[in-house]
Amino acid sequence: MLEIRNLHVQIEDKKILNGLNLTVHDGEVAAIMGPNGSGKSTLSYVIAGKDDYEVLDGEILLNGENLLDMEPDARAAAGVFLAFQYPLEIPGVATMTFLKAALNAQRKARGDDELSTPDFMKRVRAGAERLHIPQDMLKRALNVGFSGGEKKRMEILQMALLEPTFCILDETDSGLDIDALKIAADGVNALRDPKRSFLVITHYQRLLNYIVPDTVHVMSSGQVVKSGGKELALELEANGYADYRSQAA
Amino acid sequence: MPAVQETVEQVRSIDVDQYKYGFITDIEMDKAPKGLNEDIVRFISAKKGDPAWMTEWRLDAYRRWLTMQEPTWARVEYPKIDFNDLYYYAAPKKKEGPKSLDEIDPAILETYKKLGIPLREQEMLAGVQNTRVAVDAVFDSVSVVTTFKDELKKAGVIFCSISEAIREHPELVRQYLGTVVPVTDNFYATLNSAVFTDGSFVYVPPGVRCPMELSTYFRINEKDTGQFERTLIIADKGSYVSYLEGCTAPQRDENQLHAAVVELIALDDAEIKYSTVQNWYPGDAQGKGGVYNFVTKRGDCRGANSKISWTQVETGSAITWKYPSCILRGDNSRGEFYSIAVSNGYQQVDSGTKMIHLGKNTSSRIISKGISAGRSQNTYRGLVSAHRKATGARNFTNCDSLLIGDQCGAHTVPYIESKNASAIFEHEATTSKISEDQLFYCLQRGLSAEEATALIVNGFVKDVLQQLPMEFAVEAQKLISISLEGSVG
Ligand SMILES: Nc1ncnc2c1ncn2[C@@H]1O[C@H](COP(=O)(O)OP(=O)(O)O)[C@@H](O)[C@H]1O
Ligand SMILES: [Mg+2]
Repeated sequence: MLEIRNLHVQIEDKKILNGLNLTVHDGEVAAIMGPNGSGKSTLSYVIAGKDDYEVLDGEILLNGENLLDMEPDARAAAGVFLAFQYPLEIPGVATMTFLKAALNAQRKARGDDELSTPDFMKRVRAGAERLHIPQDMLKRALNVGFSGGEKKRMEILQMALLEPTFCILDETDSGLDIDALKIAADGVNALRDPKRSFLVITHYQRLLNYIVPDTVHVMSSGQVVKSGGKELALELEANGYADYRSQAA
Repeated sequence: MPAVQETVEQVRSIDVDQYKYGFITDIEMDKAPKGLNEDIVRFISAKKGDPAWMTEWRLDAYRRWLTMQEPTWARVEYPKIDFNDLYYYAAPKKKEGPKSLDEIDPAILETYKKLGIPLREQEMLAGVQNTRVAVDAVFDSVSVVTTFKDELKKAGVIFCSISEAIREHPELVRQYLGTVVPVTDNFYATLNSAVFTDGSFVYVPPGVRCPMELSTYFRINEKDTGQFERTLIIADKGSYVSYLEGCTAPQRDENQLHAAVVELIALDDAEIKYSTVQNWYPGDAQGKGGVYNFVTKRGDCRGANSKISWTQVETGSAITWKYPSCILRGDNSRGEFYSIAVSNGYQQVDSGTKMIHLGKNTSSRIISKGISAGRSQNTYRGLVSAHRKATGARNFTNCDSLLIGDQCGAHTVPYIESKNASAIFEHEATTSKISEDQLFYCLQRGLSAEEATALIVNGFVKDVLQQLPMEFAVEAQKLISISLEGSVG
């Protein structure tokens, strides 16, 4: 599914990713853990195609296609979805309007017809219900005045609706209380599928009790420094990141 | 905004005897020579078949104009206009107004199509009778076709070109023309008073609700021709009318001067809704060419409980100088101004409104949305004033600016003058920017940069678009997206 080779990235002359390698297979849920500032969000932005980052070397292949050659909207249409650590507010644009525009843009890019309004409404309503998002929130401007938890759930709703093949969740657990965390995790688990992969970025292992990963990768100073099974997360929980910090530096 | 000073002495000092007749004998010609003098004014007047009083009115305006200075207070810059290097009259080649649409030059119909006039209006122009929008199409300076007159006639509504009104309804024109925008109001309005060639006239009799939207498409066609439209709308007691003015101009290298005057008069319990979609040529990517749009629009809520509402979507023109205003004279009268002004490239917009509260318990509402992109400058300039006797005057102003990119400018210049202690004026203003992060977020969801910008902009202007008649709101929304093309990504 996703193959990252020797990725070197800098921003404003500051080197952040230093030869990162990562493979995620079809249907795999891969967790990325690492201390603050290790470059986790940077990795997610570079996969999604954010402008500010300068890729010095390396490649990112999604099902053999080089993502680095594609615009962010084309990557989205190709199946990349990023649930943001800090979702953006879009004033004046009703959530429902935004969702419809996004879905239809992607369908158009893939050569599919627009979804009819009733079909679209049905899907959104069902998704919102599963994530305990009240219907009237869908009429409000996207993310404007939403609580931290509401924003995160809205990200999952968008993910469910857009049906991506490669989902990145950047610290979806931060700012969520335990009930909200469970709801969000249920939402993600419902999307697990042999044809869909996940990159779950988290600082804490707590989330991984609810979204159980197949693999865990430890990131430090812009590199994956250790990979293992889900037990690696527990180990990190017990020992902290101290070992890896020194190792990569 | 300073009133223009002039004195009777100055007017007298002009040598009014220096004109010669020259070309004026050639009444058949389709174009007056370049330049402006009393001969040209008389020529235009003769061309329009004006009665003598109208010719005098024009000449008086012309003489006063000679004493006036171009205003310089707006935040716009442009090379000095040589008013003697412009044509003031041009007519389409055809001499007589066509009896049916078959007689219309197919090229003109083709142009309408290219301008994106909705199918409904095209059908109407093609003679299909069951649509409810009446279009008084102004092609350069002469009305080419006026439709729906019969149905309007049944309702007692007069909707015709201003020249026809001057000939056919002189008593109404003489009673109202120049009573809202006086001949000497400002440099451009005075110029317009001297040389206006066409425009619309509407009279809605007491108690009548005009049975359809009235709509005019303006187009500038002739090379180097200044357009001087004159529109006069009178809503008599207890009547209602909604009027839409839509404008587009073809690509053109020379700057074109446009100085229209629109006067609205609402008597007791009457309501006028005036909507504008303006899409004249804004100049090219280097800021070359484009229309200079110096417009005076003013409504007089003359009667008690009257209401005038201006809605404008301004996306075109290289320079816009425009302040549709309301004089709230009648007690309990209400004025509204809803504006979307989009500037891109090197466009300069200085626009806003004046709400002049004179009567008791008058209220006004201003919602202005300015969007600046490219290297454009976009200024909101507004005045809200309460006269000494305007007890209970109320105003609410909301003035938002949205910046796209970092080479454009947004400016807000609100003036407030209150001479009555009971007046309550509220003012809100915000300036925001479409951030790179917002755009990336939208792109990540699959929207293109252009779709994302359009979506965010639509959210920004929603409150104003809602004020437009439904079918025009859709067009306006498209127009806004088109004008912002190339502003991101
Ligand atoms: N726009 C930026 N400009 C400069 N430095 C940045 C920028 N974005 C991130 N960084 C730096 O890059 C490093 C990695 O950041 P980030 O990817 O957000 O880490 P993480 O998500 O693992 O906490 C940090 O040192 C951060 O300060
Ligand atoms: Mg982060």
